[in-house]
Amino acid sequence: MNIHEYQAKALFEKFGIAVPKGAAAKFPEEFDTALSQLPEGTTVVKSQIHAGGRGKGTFKSGFKGGVKLCKSKAEAKEVAGKMLGETLVTVQTGPAGRKVQTVYFTTASSIKKEYYLAILLDRATSRPVIVASTEGGVEIEKVAHETPEKIFKVFIDPAYGLADYQVRELVFKLGLNAAEQKAASKLIRGLYTLFWETDASMVEINPLITTTTDGVEALDAKVSFDDNSLYRHPEIVALRDLNEEDPKEVEASKHALSYIALDGNIACLVNGAGLAMSTMDIIKHFGGNPANFLDVGGGASREQVVAAFKIILTDPKVKGILVNIFGGIMDCNIIANGIVDAVKEVGLKLPLVVRLEGNNVVAGKETLAKSGLTITSGDSMADAAQKIVKLVA
Amino acid sequence: MAIFVHEKTKILVQGITGSFGARHAQLSLDYGTLVVAGVTPGKGGQFFEHNGHKVPIFNSVADAAVATGATVSAIFVPPPFAADAILECSDAGLDLAVAITEGIPIRDMVRVKRAMQGKKTRLVGPNCPGLVTPGTGPKSSGGCRIGISPGYIHQKGHVGVVSRSGTLTYEAVWQLTSKGIGQSTCVGIGGDPVNGTSHLDVIKAFNDDPDTHGIIMIGEIGGTAEVEAAKWIKANVKKPVAGFIAGATAPAGRRMGHAGAIVGGTEDTAAAKIAAFKAAGIEVAVTPSDMADALIRAAKAQNVKLS
Repeated sequence: MNIHEYQAKALFEKFGIAVPKGAAAKFPEEFDTALSQLPEGTTVVKSQIHAGGRGKGTFKSGFKGGVKLCKSKAEAKEVAGKMLGETLVTVQTGPAGRKVQTVYFTTASSIKKEYYLAILLDRATSRPVIVASTEGGVEIEKVAHETPEKIFKVFIDPAYGLADYQVRELVFKLGLNAAEQKAASKLIRGLYTLFWETDASMVEINPLITTTTDGVEALDAKVSFDDNSLYRHPEIVALRDLNEEDPKEVEASKHALSYIALDGNIACLVNGAGLAMSTMDIIKHFGGNPANFLDVGGGASREQVVAAFKIILTDPKVKGILVNIFGGIMDCNIIANGIVDAVKEVGLKLPLVVRLEGNNVVAGKETLAKSGLTITSGDSMADAAQKIVKLVA
Repeated sequence: MAIFVHEKTKILVQGITGSFGARHAQLSLDYGTLVVAGVTPGKGGQFFEHNGHKVPIFNSVADAAVATGATVSAIFVPPPFAADAILECSDAGLDLAVAITEGIPIRDMVRVKRAMQGKKTRLVGPNCPGLVTPGTGPKSSGGCRIGISPGYIHQKGHVGVVSRSGTLTYEAVWQLTSKGIGQSTCVGIGGDPVNGTSHLDVIKAFNDDPDTHGIIMIGEIGGTAEVEAAKWIKANVKKPVAGFIAGATAPAGRRMGHAGAIVGGTEDTAAAKIAAFKAAGIEVAVTPSDMADALIRAAKAQNVKLS
């Protein structure tokens, strides 16, 4: 789960991480109240969406820049009016862009130098890793590729936690002066505590800055959380912004379905994540384009299949559906009956190819054939994929 | 021979009185697996009964292991308590803990994995279908089925299968069995970013097992575990190996069902993994329908008999 920058910064403050003073507004009527909390002078206005590249983004209205530096609060208020409610397109949003539903005002810091700091899980060692760099404010992947010597990593032993010597190692390598070292050490410690205690999967500060007065501040904040741990963090769940999520994905999660919308026109309905991914792959392999990833889980109950069909059909791009079920424990005939019921219930008009395999598959195929519905049967994944690609062509 | 478990392995089931654990304990008993104990704290002294089997239930893993000689646990405990259940297996000195549970917090797994370092217990999973070493009975019964895999799709034989995904494992096994090629052991290592046994661990075990003549390795996007396994295969494995990677069409930054199936950088894409497979001389299945055939091609090229 992701949260907005303004929410992440509020969380940062709770953990003693220095951030520029800021206030958020969801409606134009709130601009004055928000701005009244900041001192007069240079003010930054930041569009709040769950995507990066905001500064270089363009609004569909033609207004350029999702992050703007303004000379006065009056100018900030005017700029905020041009962002709120408008759709911002960045390199990460795709051409559809995202509607800005919150703007965040902050004071402008006097930047001495920009750095990078992040904490995430290192899969190879199964440990948290702190990643820091003297190159901030730029794309970290680029730094890692071009100047890997400017990236520093410390791996944290979960049995001991973050050790003092590791914090010292980082602040020395970043080349900070004595006052900055002290401030940065406090910030790194706070960030690790936040990462660990909130079950974050990643915290990223880009840029982390030193100020002309030897302070250290998080100028930006990106935090995402481990979905598996949300049950024990109601205070984090409360930060979820459904506006940032695809309504189809939200609906799917209510039925314990895992759904992700893609750009193609062949919808898939599959049991199991690995099989669902490879169903998308095989559609592409035979010249088609998958419209989604959809995992109905191991069971594939009738209710889930009906819900899945309904979600698939809300996507106007969909021109055909491929159902691929490996009925391991589940009886294929029960699954087939579920598919027939679902097709009747939603009044499906689009071409449908069903590939069933596993337990009692012969009876299952017979149920499909006798249903009186135009369901094409696929014998293998390859056969089924070729058939649906042909049917939507 | 087989790896990790065989037909004489005695297993216990943690969470045997829950609906999920009970269902699969029944299926394992039907398959002929030696399910000798159940563990549900507070229900010690009761019995789990099914088709003439009377399996004693204990309050702790240690009690169950001492009383019944069980060396392996199948864990069906709900996510908030699953990490604790794994640790209990480790402290009881079991040989193997197989965590089926999906949705365990990553931080819990980070702590458990650290706590298990240097201990004798091997962990498979979590979020995995488990292991099957097929037996010699009808529809491969009489073997050792731990977890949630359908037993009947297997056939006793000489191909080892390792995979992060459940249904994709079944797909590969079914293709093999349909072609009359049996399996030594099939291991589902799970789709989480922090898991116990890795692809490489299983590959090493298959390489050392004289009864395994060929290997199918199935991976997916996210992490670099398949690449490490491929490098080791190139240097050490003489047996034919076929590979498949799921997720070539997955967009970056989106979690594809499995918590671990997410493309972060250039290293963990399907393309990078397939390239590593090819560089290691692994025969790559072009589509998921091609997994068994890919291994047959690899075996033919090396003049190895799979069945």
